[in-house]
Amino acid sequence: MYLVLADLKNSGHVRLTELILKELWHRKSQLVSGLLAITLGIGVIVGIRSISVVSEKAVAVNLDNLGANILVLPQAASVDNYYSADIDAPTFPESYVEKILTSTLPGVENMSPKLTRRVKIGNHNIVLTGILPKSEIASKPLWQNGGLLGGHGGAGCAAKPGAEPAKYVDEKLQRKGIDSLSSSDCFVGSAVAQKLKVKQFDTLFLENKPFTIVKVLPETGTVDDDRVFANLHSVQQLLGTGQQVSAIEIMGCCSAISDNLLGKLRNILPDTRITTIGQIVSTQIETNRLMNKISLVFLIIIIFVGSISIGNYIWANVNERRKEIGILRMIGYHKRHVYYILVLKAIVMGFVGGTAGYIAGTFAAIWLAPQFVGIQVNPIYTLLLTSIAISITISVIGSLIPAYMAGKIEPFSNMQED
Amino acid sequence: MIIQIKNLTKTYHRHDGAINAVDNLSLDIPRGAFVTITGASGSGKTTLLLMMGGLLRFTSGQMIYNDREINLRDEDELASFRSNHVGFVMQSFALVPYLTAVENIMLALNVKCSDKSKNRKRAIELLDWVGLDDRTTHYPKELSAGQQQRVAIARALANNPELLLADEPTGNLDPSLSEEILSILKEINQKHNTTIIMVTHSPKAADHGSLQIKLLKGKII
Repeated sequence: MYLVLADLKNSGHVRLTELILKELWHRKSQLVSGLLAITLGIGVIVGIRSISVVSEKAVAVNLDNLGANILVLPQAASVDNYYSADIDAPTFPESYVEKILTSTLPGVENMSPKLTRRVKIGNHNIVLTGILPKSEIASKPLWQNGGLLGGHGGAGCAAKPGAEPAKYVDEKLQRKGIDSLSSSDCFVGSAVAQKLKVKQFDTLFLENKPFTIVKVLPETGTVDDDRVFANLHSVQQLLGTGQQVSAIEIMGCCSAISDNLLGKLRNILPDTRITTIGQIVSTQIETNRLMNKISLVFLIIIIFVGSISIGNYIWANVNERRKEIGILRMIGYHKRHVYYILVLKAIVMGFVGGTAGYIAGTFAAIWLAPQFVGIQVNPIYTLLLTSIAISITISVIGSLIPAYMAGKIEPFSNMQED
Repeated sequence: MIIQIKNLTKTYHRHDGAINAVDNLSLDIPRGAFVTITGASGSGKTTLLLMMGGLLRFTSGQMIYNDREINLRDEDELASFRSNHVGFVMQSFALVPYLTAVENIMLALNVKCSDKSKNRKRAIELLDWVGLDDRTTHYPKELSAGQQQRVAIARALANNPELLLADEPTGNLDPSLSEEILSILKEINQKHNTTIIMVTHSPKAADHGSLQIKLLKGKII
């Protein structure tokens, strides 16, 4: 390879580069038609990618609305215990939350530690759940919609681009985090409110201690409708459990879950049982997979069609330039100079086509996406390099066979034969 | 001798059988000679010229250039042979259409030397020598047929070849321009002792040759 390059240099490859540029300029109209296919192809890829990046985020927001997707339970507990809130259900130390927090695991977007027990209110058996309100609200968009977190956007991967630390609000760590649910306040699920015939600002006695209902939660259609929520630390005190929790709900990024987030959590908390809420995770992963597959299919089609198109253009160009190639060979240029001229031409075309395709695709996405998909698209500058790289690869692949065939053109092709 | 040809044969295989364009031909060409090759169409004169220039492989026989046998199997050696020792002048001028007169000559110089300014200087000198110093930046289509052929001659001389092969160099020119080109070739032959082998249909042009060869069906007659 070095020898070939050294030889090209000695043979004045700089002049060959000039020759390529002059030839491209000489046949401008052909160049435009040759570039059209690759520009359109790259434009389609860039357009789809620009839109899909935004739409993936939108889809991720919708997926996050499904709620937490990982459960950390005591080793001896089952998922049934988590839902049934048995009185003797096992617990584990609340400090496990800090363990996860200090490990700075990527993909852990939000944590909601909770202690759940059945309590008697009047003649009714009600599930009392101790929560840290901000963590809980952040993991439950349905609650956010109910006005519990004024002006505080969505949660999860999509709502927070960039790597933000996991959210965990503890009074010791961040006092203001529990301001919205003091030690004598509680939220009441909609079904409980109906059952107990209570409303906002009524007083509710839990284990003989008065709590003010600061909010009746909106109906969610989940087990939350049948629960009463109070501050975790108040519930721990009320039930005499000490600093124990019965579960930590985690909202994990689905890509991180695919990347063995569960295994990493198990390493940090070996004496717990860590499980996914299967349906949610599989939906998230499948949706992401589908979008990636669609992009991949488009990429393969563009590479295939683009390579054939460029190959066809260069093939036609070689046929048209048989005489010129014959002249070059006649005056002493080697076959490898002919390969060099055609492959370098393909690289130049790939560069121009990639850049033009990026610009066209980006502008098309910015213009069309709001009208047809209803989303706002911004330019993705890193796609420029990817576009150029893909475009050059396509062009070079397309030029290989024509370049090889051009090398076979005899040096007397420009001459009359007897 | 600059070229010694021994039992050279070139066979073309066609659908209706094989044809020997050059048939067991032997020939010695002295250094500094002005050789003219004539013959009817299909007599094998251009085929012979192509083989002597290392542009076409022969089927059998031997060709010795400066006491060294030309190895037809080595593409690189043939390319180097062409760039170092041979200049070509074609009936159709064989100029690259999108390069100016000076750039066409630099293209040939560039094979051996990548020094752009040196090559440009040499190309302008050559154009000056063929009387086209005022046409350096003209493209082939902006030049007359005679001027294009003079650019082609200047390009053929770019690397100081010992051998200049011309295939019907006056074929596309009117009589006065033909004389002009022939006198340039004659001057090259006499001043620089460059061996010239010229294929021509014209008996008048052939008369310029110090060695005149006539071919019929691939053989010297």
